[in-house]
Amino acid sequence: MSPLLFLILLPIVGALLAIAGFPARRVAIAAAAANVALSAGLLFSFDFTASGYQLVTSCPVVPSLGIAFTLGADGLSLAMLLLSTVVTLAAVCVARPPQTNSAWFYTCLLFISAGAIGAFASVDAFFFYMFHELALVPTFLLIGIWGSGDRQTAAWKITIYLAFGSFILLIGLIGLWLAMPVGSRSFDMRVIADQARQGALFLNDTSLVLPWGWGTIHGVQVTYLLLFLGFGILVSLFPFHTWAPQAYASAPAPAAMLHAGVLKKFGLYGILRLITPVFPPEIASQFNTFLLVLLVGNILYVGLVTISQRKLDLMLGYSSVMHMGYIFLGLLAWNEIGLTGASLMLIAHGLSIAALFALCGELRERTGTLDFSDLGGLAKPMPALGLLFGFATMASIGLPGFANFAGEVMVFFGAFSAGVPAATGFNAFQITTVIALWGVVISAVYMLRAYRRIFMGPVPERWQSLADIGTGPRLCIIALIILLLIAGFYPQLLINTIAPALIRL
Amino acid sequence: MMATSIPWIILFAPLVAAGLILIFGKHSKPLSAGLAIAAAGICCVLSWWQFGQPDATTPNQFYWIHIPDLFSVPMGVTIDPLSKLMLVLVNTIAPIVFVYSLGYMAHEEGYWRYFAGLSLFLFSMLGIVMADNFLMMFIFWELVGVSSYILIGHYFWRDSAANASKQAFLVNRIGDFGFMLGILMLWLVTGTVVFNGIFEKIPLLESQGVYLTIACVLVFCGTIGKSAQLPLHVWLPNSMEGPTPVSSLLHAATMVAAGVYMLARFFPVLLVVPVAREVIAWVGGITCLVAALMATQQDDIKRILAYSTISQLGYMVLGVGVALTADIPMFHLYTHAFFKCLLFLCAGSVIVGMHHEQNIWKMGALKNKMPFTFICTIFGALALSGAGFGPIGFSGFYSKDLIIVWAVQNAPILGWIAVVTAGLTAFYTFRLLFVVFLGGPRSDAAKHATESPAVMVIPLMLLAIPAMAAGWPFVERIFFHVEEPRHVPHLVHLVLFALFLAGTGLAWVLYRRAEKDPISIPLFANRFYIDNGYAWLVKTFQDGLASLSGWADRWVVDLLVVQAPSKLTWVCGYVLRFLQLGNIQAYAFFFGAGVVGLLYLLIAR
Repeated sequence: MSPLLFLILLPIVGALLAIAGFPARRVAIAAAAANVALSAGLLFSFDFTASGYQLVTSCPVVPSLGIAFTLGADGLSLAMLLLSTVVTLAAVCVARPPQTNSAWFYTCLLFISAGAIGAFASVDAFFFYMFHELALVPTFLLIGIWGSGDRQTAAWKITIYLAFGSFILLIGLIGLWLAMPVGSRSFDMRVIADQARQGALFLNDTSLVLPWGWGTIHGVQVTYLLLFLGFGILVSLFPFHTWAPQAYASAPAPAAMLHAGVLKKFGLYGILRLITPVFPPEIASQFNTFLLVLLVGNILYVGLVTISQRKLDLMLGYSSVMHMGYIFLGLLAWNEIGLTGASLMLIAHGLSIAALFALCGELRERTGTLDFSDLGGLAKPMPALGLLFGFATMASIGLPGFANFAGEVMVFFGAFSAGVPAATGFNAFQITTVIALWGVVISAVYMLRAYRRIFMGPVPERWQSLADIGTGPRLCIIALIILLLIAGFYPQLLINTIAPALIRL
Repeated sequence: MMATSIPWIILFAPLVAAGLILIFGKHSKPLSAGLAIAAAGICCVLSWWQFGQPDATTPNQFYWIHIPDLFSVPMGVTIDPLSKLMLVLVNTIAPIVFVYSLGYMAHEEGYWRYFAGLSLFLFSMLGIVMADNFLMMFIFWELVGVSSYILIGHYFWRDSAANASKQAFLVNRIGDFGFMLGILMLWLVTGTVVFNGIFEKIPLLESQGVYLTIACVLVFCGTIGKSAQLPLHVWLPNSMEGPTPVSSLLHAATMVAAGVYMLARFFPVLLVVPVAREVIAWVGGITCLVAALMATQQDDIKRILAYSTISQLGYMVLGVGVALTADIPMFHLYTHAFFKCLLFLCAGSVIVGMHHEQNIWKMGALKNKMPFTFICTIFGALALSGAGFGPIGFSGFYSKDLIIVWAVQNAPILGWIAVVTAGLTAFYTFRLLFVVFLGGPRSDAAKHATESPAVMVIPLMLLAIPAMAAGWPFVERIFFHVEEPRHVPHLVHLVLFALFLAGTGLAWVLYRRAEKDPISIPLFANRFYIDNGYAWLVKTFQDGLASLSGWADRWVVDLLVVQAPSKLTWVCGYVLRFLQLGNIQAYAFFFGAGVVGLLYLLIAR
């Protein structure tokens, strides 16, 4: 039995107990805390020098299709698992039990956690996909039932988008499966990567002649695009991003924390697992210009949209969309610096956006409004909340000392040295890097503007006696910030963990 | 072992203090102040010790990021004459300002926040000073920015302070955009971010031509932001919203000088890029003139000094552009740190004595009520305006004249601009002195002003000594090797002295007994309308573009990409409704057909 299975089962057991009538909040916190302890325990049994998956257990499910329930972890998945358990604990701790159906509320949260953990612990692409789908259902429910504002629309929107993205992704996965030689077809990610390395994929590739003289397109290109766009939609790649801000604004704080912090990383993690190790760089580079334009959309256009927001929750939602652009840039750079930087950003963004959404939820609890024009000077009645929000803000805009900065810097260096050097001037990657660097200014503009509007300036009469943040949430957010600081002061710690997994790519 | 760890102790002592204050300082004012001052004291002692030690590069190699063969960022310290000088300078002034703060902040809110911010600032500044590579410098560069944000926004409940701190951070970020890009460009060619590694590759860099020039100018953008050069100078006068000791230490003496220090560190590369140095010289020269013109018409005591700081930083940047060694601008950085710190602390003393009145036209006749402050201000003013003739003068006289003669020799136009600015400097400095301390009291507060407590006055006296003596040749030789260019027209020194007398004399005539400003030049008073220009620019372009994007996201992207397909789906669903036969067999048939189709796709290819 792999300890990874326990990691998946613990939240599910917790959820079942909550439904069975045990005190939901306590059960949820206990399950999440046990999971953090368990995943931290994994650190001790983990061999950081080895490459390849460890703690592997496998159980064939559909041998004829090459589907098996295989769990395993390498450095990258280990980091993601730790992120998932930590954010889960923070989410259930800051969650306020709703008036109705609180047992189901916590059950949904725990199921998201179980799904995310399952996805990150899966070695089999089929289960990897299934676990993500499993986690999406409770996300819709949380938004639709316990959300605020126009929650029905938001829930429907995220459903349509993510179902659409998953569908494209599924076709891409099937395409990948079909590309393997008959007889050795498998969903095992190790097998897929091995075959890619041996050049066994897309051997007898089909091609399609496009009408109107658009040339021919090959199966490998279609598969690449389907996978990238499929994963991309799940991560709110421009222009498929409009679901995210609305969903996060409507979702209860813990749901937003879990989705933006953990579950959304599924798509980026998937790119690291199923695209970079599988597709030859020549294929990928054919679409670089197109994809770079999209991610510039994420950084520059969505960045500007973020500036124009007038409410904190929407602004945070857009900001998380914007930051995805940097991670895409690191991934597309396709070199070790960029990929490592992107992986660092996965973790860093997960922690910082979770802290921000938690604080945003605390604010909503107290003021009932997140409109900048209604707020102001709140650091005076709530100094601790103001201080923590300040820390999270600084992390989010990539201040050195926080892990976000280390990730961003590596993405910039990776992207700046990516691609074929141009004869004169900059190549597409370098131009994109320049724009992305300007994005750092943009993110400072909107975050500091928000901080100034909410926490600085004179305090309106009605907010003068707001209660400061409680001990429980405060400790959770401090923990998230400390993790960000550790990884920011010494990013090599994370790099050493993640790099073997990436080198194997 | 012991000796190599000293720089690390110097670097991290203030950070430890900041962390402890953050955790424990809330409940105890003495503890907050004590921790900060203790850390600064340790830094001071150890820096002077370090000053006597031989140079050492990276005694302790430790990687912040290390990807073998591709990218590595070491965390190493450089101990060379340049950094040793800065260590001593920063760590001598910092404890004085920290102690002064005890008096200035005694009755203020947020004591712990203030001292934690100061300690964080000291940590960041020392990091810049000791960094042995560009990225490490950039890290601390940004941290200096954030500590400045915290300290400017100390009175965060005031709208003006809140806006000023935000503006300072953002303007610096704009400069850092160029800085980072410059670092990236240099790295792409040399493959390293370590200063010494880059210097080794200078021949390779030289072959890059325009590329190198652009890279150097981009790196210089960092200086434009941090050292408040035109056109990114707007944040510095607004940063005067922070407590006065902060203005003194950060926004006059040390932090803003970081930009010049960075150029001095980078000097070996700049030497081979004449075009970039020309750009640097012009930016510096224009800044020093324009800021001095603005300073002549300000009414807020701290703002006068702020524009004066910009102008003096302009001199230093000009020095980088025209001199042949980095010692020339560094010499002025060093003397300026003492006398500008002194002047700001004097201003702080006046402000406390006046019960937080900062308008010089509400002051007057303070020379009898605040005699110590008055004498110290005279020292500062003489040093700032470069009083001196022949071999004898105040500290600013030596360092500023040196930059000016280099400029006259290597870039005559800029040189004469700098000469004229020297006259303006004398004028606005003595305008401040005369209006504040002479004449008659112009308000009740001025009538009842009292001298500040000893904890504030003693630091002033301590700083008055170097303000006078730091430039004397035998003192200067301890720290620098400076020399005059060979062919200096003697006329320059004469003209400079004449202009000093003229500026001072004009101020004496106009302001000795003035009740209100006898001259009014709206262009200067309104800072050449640059601030208004920026406000318009941000409102029109940034906010306009943002609103447009926000609108587009809602009505174009969302509508076209989501709503349209969803409407289409709805139409399809409507059509498909006619397939709903209400019949179990039919559904079973459709379901089975679907499964078969899927299996066919998967298996039978």
